[in-house]
Amino acid sequence: MLAFILRRLGQAMLVIGAMVVIVFFGVNVIGDPVYMLISPEMDQNAVEATKVALGLDKPIWEQFIYFVTGAVQGDLGRSFVHGEPAIKLILSRMPATMELALVALLMAVVIGLPLGVYAGLKPESRLAKAIMAISILGFSLPTFWVGLMLIMFFSVMLGWLPATGRGDVVRVLGIETSLLSWQGWTFIALPALNLALLKISLVIRLARAGTREAALMDYVKFARAKGLAQSRIVGVHIMKNIMIPIVTVLGLEFGSLVAFSVVTETIFAWPGMGKLLLEAIQRLDRPVIVAYVMVVVVLFVVINLVVDVLYSILDPRVRLTEAKA
Amino acid sequence: MTTSLRQLALAAATTFALIGATGAQELKVGLSAEPSSIDPHYHNLSPNNMLSEHVFEGLVNQDKMQALEPGLAESWKAIDDTTWEFKLRRGVKFFDGSDFTADDVIATFKRLPAVPRSPSSFAPFIAGLTTEKVDSHTVRIKTAAPAPLVPTNLSTFGIVSKACAETMSTEDFNALKCQGGTGPFRYTEFKPGDRVVMERNNTYWGRKPDWEKVSFRFLTAAPTRVAAMLAGDVDVIEGVPPSDMARLKANANLSVVEELSNRVIYFHMDHFRETSPFITAKDGSPIKNPLRDVRVRQALSMAINRPAIVERIMEGAAVPAEQVLPASFFGTSKTLKPTAFDLAGARKLLADAGYPNGFKLKMHGPNGRYTNDTKIIEAVAQMFTRLGIDTELETIPPANFFTRASQGANGEPEFSFILVGWGAGTGETSGSLLALLGTVDRAKGSGGANRGRYSNKVFDDKLAEALRTVDDARRAVLLAEVSEIGMKDVGIIPSHYQTNVWASKKGIKVTARADEYTLAMGISR
Repeated sequence: MLAFILRRLGQAMLVIGAMVVIVFFGVNVIGDPVYMLISPEMDQNAVEATKVALGLDKPIWEQFIYFVTGAVQGDLGRSFVHGEPAIKLILSRMPATMELALVALLMAVVIGLPLGVYAGLKPESRLAKAIMAISILGFSLPTFWVGLMLIMFFSVMLGWLPATGRGDVVRVLGIETSLLSWQGWTFIALPALNLALLKISLVIRLARAGTREAALMDYVKFARAKGLAQSRIVGVHIMKNIMIPIVTVLGLEFGSLVAFSVVTETIFAWPGMGKLLLEAIQRLDRPVIVAYVMVVVVLFVVINLVVDVLYSILDPRVRLTEAKA
Repeated sequence: MTTSLRQLALAAATTFALIGATGAQELKVGLSAEPSSIDPHYHNLSPNNMLSEHVFEGLVNQDKMQALEPGLAESWKAIDDTTWEFKLRRGVKFFDGSDFTADDVIATFKRLPAVPRSPSSFAPFIAGLTTEKVDSHTVRIKTAAPAPLVPTNLSTFGIVSKACAETMSTEDFNALKCQGGTGPFRYTEFKPGDRVVMERNNTYWGRKPDWEKVSFRFLTAAPTRVAAMLAGDVDVIEGVPPSDMARLKANANLSVVEELSNRVIYFHMDHFRETSPFITAKDGSPIKNPLRDVRVRQALSMAINRPAIVERIMEGAAVPAEQVLPASFFGTSKTLKPTAFDLAGARKLLADAGYPNGFKLKMHGPNGRYTNDTKIIEAVAQMFTRLGIDTELETIPPANFFTRASQGANGEPEFSFILVGWGAGTGETSGSLLALLGTVDRAKGSGGANRGRYSNKVFDDKLAEALRTVDDARRAVLLAEVSEIGMKDVGIIPSHYQTNVWASKKGIKVTARADEYTLAMGISR
């Protein structure tokens, strides 16, 4: 198990290294951040002064060496725009994004799983057909549009929930969260639902396919012949067997929820790190973009590890050793 | 597609009443852009400057039309051509209780060039100035050459207490450690990506604002901002998108106010190359750069149907432009008129210049930097095509566009014909004229944004004379003449001035400003 984890970490380092090189030089090719930062009224002398202040007057390879030297010592550089350490900016925005992604994931499971299992058990019923039809909408409607519709319906027309923002947060162990107050939940409900919609549909489809397959298996027939209650058959025997693909997919999707919540965060003005990334890209804030990419790679690696461990718990046949290939 | 859907949604929404008014003394504002910091001297960026004005007052203020008015300086005058004397307001206290004196002004001057990693420093505004304390409430500023713009330049930044200026870093300011402001509000919370909150300074020397607490939320996506307004999350929003204006105006629960802005949208063209990279004959063979002929430039200007752009594309949130700033501002020409749309006249001019069959041109512009920029450039390309010029267009993300338009591969502007915008932060024409049309000269600091490399000796000389003239009335006349020279020579082709639009709940009155600032001091009940 330890060797397995160590090898994973080694691979992660390689990926991070490659990503950093690509992003660092890639951003440089797009344009010169100075023109995005400086007041347009300033003359060429001021442009040069800003370049010097931010170290952009040096050749790109020299800037890279400087960055790597700092990164090895744990300093990922300062944001060109905000002047604060890039990693500090990202970490201060991370709790908001994480809680949004977590709630979205929770919704995906809590809403998607029962609906999917039902649709799998009674595939011919009207309700099951309706569920599947709705899940198609969940897949195909653009997040941006759905987000605006949610705001229009729940906030503007009904006035039930606030349209934007995160509301007042509670501080627990130094981390800000909106999950500990009722008001916090009213703020997170819409963005989380918006973000979860696609995942709910995904879980419905996976659960339905898995249930239909499992329902025909011998062990289910046997359990039924044995006279087990329907609830036990579904809740234990079927559920256990359909969870593996769902856990795998949700694990990966959690990463994408965190990394790509950009659209939802923008529509709902949710102060998470997706919004930070978007702004950093628009303003060519290279230190923030590079640091963000590093954080996301680490996140994906950790999630994959967790998924692998979960596997071995869910399915005793799985052992945590990788094929030597 | 999203636009039309949004409109649909808004149409549905406006039929429903808004939910009740918010708490008595709290004002909630939705901003269209986010500050990079709340250190008043870190970054010369309009959201920063706007918020800063609430807390750190300048010696000189700009009123809603950007005319100068007294701030922390009660009065100022030019003693001679190179000396300005500022009389400071007495009895003003910083939040920490200390008195505001000349020492704070001098310490602020020292801090401006010394802010580390400043992405756009305020230092150029005080370059070449030396300060001298006459007494505790009088400061003299000496300049190397006659500098009529000193009061204007001093209106761009706020004064912080000596204690803050000497000891606080940008991070300290962001962490609300500085109590060295004098403004009507003080910061109580700064949450990047989310909001800035201020409370009223009850010991403020001037008129006390109507609000005990103001929160500015960063709602950078336009549909989000509008939705937040409709849902009653905020009391005021700035930057109402033109496409939503009519609907918000029709809503009985909302008020909409507009003001002409200091931002002109214009076209810059290649004046300096013998052959221009994106202009060829219609068959693709190289030709001499036609844009160097004033008749061609005039023809292009006449081919642009400005009223159509204003009404159809900007949906009324703009005014046709004739120079770098609307005529109500200082130093503008009162005789220039927007070039009238005259296709026949334009064709004739083009023929006179030796291009009866036109030529081929590729235009470039940013996408998403200015209101409806892509639509405008598409419309103008069609107008040029009607004139007989085969026009292609390419819009480029701003980050890439401005680098290439300023310094392409060989350090020169890369494009032949571009759409750009210009906001005059100083509220008068000299800065715009110098940057956009002055001959590029680093030593003199002229031509900083002259992406067409326009160069005209008569223009430069007259402008230099104006910039030496301390007498306001005389300078205004000279600047008007300079504007006329530049516009008659079609150094740039102005298209339109944008309008700034605010929406608020009924009963809340917003003072519309030319500089796009949303100031809580100007919002009343």
